[in-house]
Amino acid sequence: MSHETATDQKHAGQHRKQKKYVSERAKSEKRLGWLLAGPAFIMMLLVTLYPILQAFFDSLFAFRLTAPDEREFIWFANYITVLGDSVWWRDFGVTVIITVITVAVELVLGFALAIVMNKAIKSLRGLLRTAILVPYGIITVVSAYAWFYAFDINSGYVNSWFGWLPGIDQDLNWFAEFWPSLSVIMASEIWKTTPFISLLLLAGLSQVPGELTEAAEVDGASWWERMRKVIIPNMKAAIMVAVLFRALDAFRIFDNVFIMTNGAHGTEVLSLLAYRTSITRLEIGLGSAISVLLFICVLIISFIAVKGFKVDLAGSQEGK
Amino acid sequence: MRKSSGREKMWWALISVFVLVYALFPVASIFATSFKAPSDLTSGKFLPTNWTGQNYEQILVGSAQDLFLSSLRNSIGISLIATVIAVILATFCAYAIARLDFPGKKLVLTTALAVSIFPVISIVTPLFNVWRTIGLYDTWLGLIIPYLSLTLPISIWTLTAFFKQIPWELEQAAQVDGATTWQAFRKAIIPLAAPGVFTTAIIAFFIAWNDFVYGISLTSTEAARPVPAALAFFTGASQFQAPTGAISAAAIIVTIPIILLVLLFQRQIVSGLTQGAVKG
Repeated sequence: MSHETATDQKHAGQHRKQKKYVSERAKSEKRLGWLLAGPAFIMMLLVTLYPILQAFFDSLFAFRLTAPDEREFIWFANYITVLGDSVWWRDFGVTVIITVITVAVELVLGFALAIVMNKAIKSLRGLLRTAILVPYGIITVVSAYAWFYAFDINSGYVNSWFGWLPGIDQDLNWFAEFWPSLSVIMASEIWKTTPFISLLLLAGLSQVPGELTEAAEVDGASWWERMRKVIIPNMKAAIMVAVLFRALDAFRIFDNVFIMTNGAHGTEVLSLLAYRTSITRLEIGLGSAISVLLFICVLIISFIAVKGFKVDLAGSQEGK
Repeated sequence: MRKSSGREKMWWALISVFVLVYALFPVASIFATSFKAPSDLTSGKFLPTNWTGQNYEQILVGSAQDLFLSSLRNSIGISLIATVIAVILATFCAYAIARLDFPGKKLVLTTALAVSIFPVISIVTPLFNVWRTIGLYDTWLGLIIPYLSLTLPISIWTLTAFFKQIPWELEQAAQVDGATTWQAFRKAIIPLAAPGVFTTAIIAFFIAWNDFVYGISLTSTEAARPVPAALAFFTGASQFQAPTGAISAAAIIVTIPIILLVLLFQRQIVSGLTQGAVKG
């Protein structure tokens, strides 16, 4: 585009012709752009927008698959039922606890890993990268089984390894109580997703201008001061994006809870509640209401992050 | 980088060992479990007392063979198809975003972002009902379509980042030489874009391979049930025997392709993951 405008100024005589040519070109570029991007765009809308609209529609009905003839339009009664039920609020609380604790731990662990990878000697980089990608790539269900079998009272070895710690003995059944089972769930979640957060932070670290840290070092700032006053402020955007992505991901947690406890002892999370209501109990009306509410929760988290913390998500792909 | 002293070397060795143990311990744990005989499972020890291959035998040639091999076939087929479709659509889309100027670029990227944070379970409920009505329940296609909601957004995002780094002057040069837009794209750009496309495909495949929610909600038999879902519904050789050993063996088998891809392409995967998130 820019060199056409440059020629514009050069050939003032042909100005009109040029202008027409430019707009023609812009038009054809627009057409081609949508022709190429359109299919992907439409596909994305088809696989998400349509289901959520369908879910909203279904949520306005009293509708059970076991009694399809008794379908009845009831406005927002399903939402009132769900929000008035203590189970929803209990599961909401559990989901929030998991989200807050795992993201906080992952941020610290991920940062430490990012610093290690950033400073690592060339010969070690490949090794560290490979190691860190294993948890990222492994199937969540497989990781859930690995943690479950390690802690399980029948097949586990954790109790006999850590028997010397207070509170752990041969008969400790990790999956029979709320806090022990939730701890193992969170540990597996943290193990699997820390690598992802550390890679995002590593990318952020590499964007901190080197001369700034060097200047701080020359001025006699300690390592901790450099971290706090130079590196972290310059990485704010990367940290925010990483936290938001992980928080939304943790809020949708399902796989490891399903495998380890299936929601027993009060460890049920919101995704599991939606699954149990729609797929297990075939309460399509109520399940759809829960699905829509979950979607609204995700929207609210994103909204708070973007507006409250000024997380600029699309900005990273803009410009250039 | 300064020359590292002996003490620094030791620190690095320690750190590396720590990271390796962190990353590989759960894998090693389930690996050890997969070689334990049923009587050995309750020993409370990490390693098997004597190593046995009977769990692998059970799922590959024994009583659980039908269950496991059919789910493996489903997983490979469905994940590959969902990856290929997503990468093809995303390649055109990312090219347009990186290369052309048209209104709505930001809308496409924002949509991709919104789709990638969508709670999967919110899509499952309505699809479960609709799929049963139109006969897509428990079919390959019935999983491939929703898998696109997982693979397409990340592919668009990652590929856009990759394509922004390609020297597009080459394409203009080709066009000056008389090639059409399409020819220039094919001859000058595709060879440069291929590595990015390939990396994106690996990441998309990981995500499809990992799916559990769609797998347990939209399938009911061996016709389309993928491995993660099959593991969750797996029962032992007899009702008196826990399926621990067989599940561990199956878990190790489906982890092998992941480990191989990571070993071969760790550099590309890391660059793909970080590029998609932060401007390269």
